[in-house]
Amino acid sequence: MKMLATVLAIIALGLTIIPSILVFTGRMELDMHKKLITAGTILWFVSAPIWFRKKS
Amino acid sequence: MAKTLKQQLAEVNEYEREPVPPSSLKSSTSFLGMYAGEHTAGTEYVIGPLFVAHGVSAPDLIGGLLLGNLLAVLSWALLCAPIATKVRLTLYYQLEKICGINLTRIYNLVNGLMFCFLAGSMIAVSATAIGIPFNFPMPKLTDMYPTSIGWVLTVFVVGAVITLVAILGYERIARFANVAAPWMIGVFLASALAVLPELGVTSVKDFWRVANDVIWTGIPQEGQDKFTFWHVMFFAWFCNMAMHIGMADMSILRYARKWTHGFTSASGMFVGHFLAWICSGILYAVYLKQNTGEFAPGPISFYAAGFAGAACVVIAGWTTANPTIYRAGLAIQAMMPKTTTWKVTMVVGLVTTIAACFPALVMRLLDFVALYGLILMPMGAIIFADFYLAKRAGFVSSYALRSGSEFNLPAALTWVLTLAFCLGINMFGGVEIFFLGLPGWFVAVILYVALSKLMQQKTLKEINV
Repeated sequence: MKMLATVLAIIALGLTIIPSILVFTGRMELDMHKKLITAGTILWFVSAPIWFRKKS
Repeated sequence: MAKTLKQQLAEVNEYEREPVPPSSLKSSTSFLGMYAGEHTAGTEYVIGPLFVAHGVSAPDLIGGLLLGNLLAVLSWALLCAPIATKVRLTLYYQLEKICGINLTRIYNLVNGLMFCFLAGSMIAVSATAIGIPFNFPMPKLTDMYPTSIGWVLTVFVVGAVITLVAILGYERIARFANVAAPWMIGVFLASALAVLPELGVTSVKDFWRVANDVIWTGIPQEGQDKFTFWHVMFFAWFCNMAMHIGMADMSILRYARKWTHGFTSASGMFVGHFLAWICSGILYAVYLKQNTGEFAPGPISFYAAGFAGAACVVIAGWTTANPTIYRAGLAIQAMMPKTTTWKVTMVVGLVTTIAACFPALVMRLLDFVALYGLILMPMGAIIFADFYLAKRAGFVSSYALRSGSEFNLPAALTWVLTLAFCLGINMFGGVEIFFLGLPGWFVAVILYVALSKLMQQKTLKEINV
């Protein structure tokens, strides 16, 4: 479960940052970047709390 | 079986009047996340733009931020953390031992109020994002008073949620900041990158030219003072003066396993007070092109990153307002040791929320932050002098505790005279508020040593006898 959450959280960070790089280099529109960064945000807050959870 | 909220609140134990036990110490990663989250805050969305408005040039900004932030990290690591990890007490209890209960009460009141106003500015910044769907007018750079009912209601909703999280204690605050920090940093960076083409930057080599010609032009906006390298450097160093040189972060770093955990403040300084200030300056430059007249981080960030941008403004405000309200709660709780922390924090949250309704708190943030650090700094200098210089200089350390005094007069005089000295060189020497902290700290240390030697009524020998 934690492994899956870690992978999803890393994907979420990718969705947060990579689209803006594509906008910067002219390969993506600003609107698409906004949709992808929002998806990344939702995914982050679903997966990161599990990733960051300490072993009990 | 699930515990009731009342049971959970009764169990909140923050070691207000005892050293943190070894079992409760935290690793450096806990502080890395906390500092990165706390200093990648809602206020970063204001400070970066204010540097642009004050006409800082690009070289002055980069140079000033690099040096100022380095000095801030060293202040945490070499001044605050060694004392915090040695005594493992809150700032307030340490002060009580040195200054006596009555002087500490006065300090706590001033400190708590300052923290309330600081957290209030963060709540106000968050409210600019929460208010986007409701379409009420956002504050402008010249607004000082609440601008609409919608604004006040939004501030109250944000304040209530932040206060609830702060009531539930340090563990939850640290966990929340840890989870949000990497994402927030990503959104700050992504927002700025995505709008750079609108300023004419389409490759890395364009950046420095546009930075000089379009973003940090070196020309202040009408009615704003010109800021230089020195303004940026001293602001970056002293904007958290109350926390490091003023020793407020003793209350946080007392949980650190080693004093070297003080260096983890670099995550906050070089991500929050370097990268985030640069990013928010870029966002403001785009806003200036649109010229809507509003000075509201929420809509600006929403324009650059949509829902995620607005959410980042809200969460960036929360992750700073939470520990700030927590600190304010501790400050006031130290005045009333028999009252539970959660009740005090609730009242502090209410005061903070009322303060947040006034946009002046945001628009004059640079001056307020400098003033807040300056007012609290002398007590940090007193703790420093008491800890390192008492034996060498021949006066009694923890004088109030050992002599039974409830009001340490040398400490009170040190506080008042240091601030009078700073006010004097400000009024008669024309030295701006951003530069007063450095001479003020040396004056405070010298005054406390000299006054303690002159005025302590009981010597160490008498106390030991």
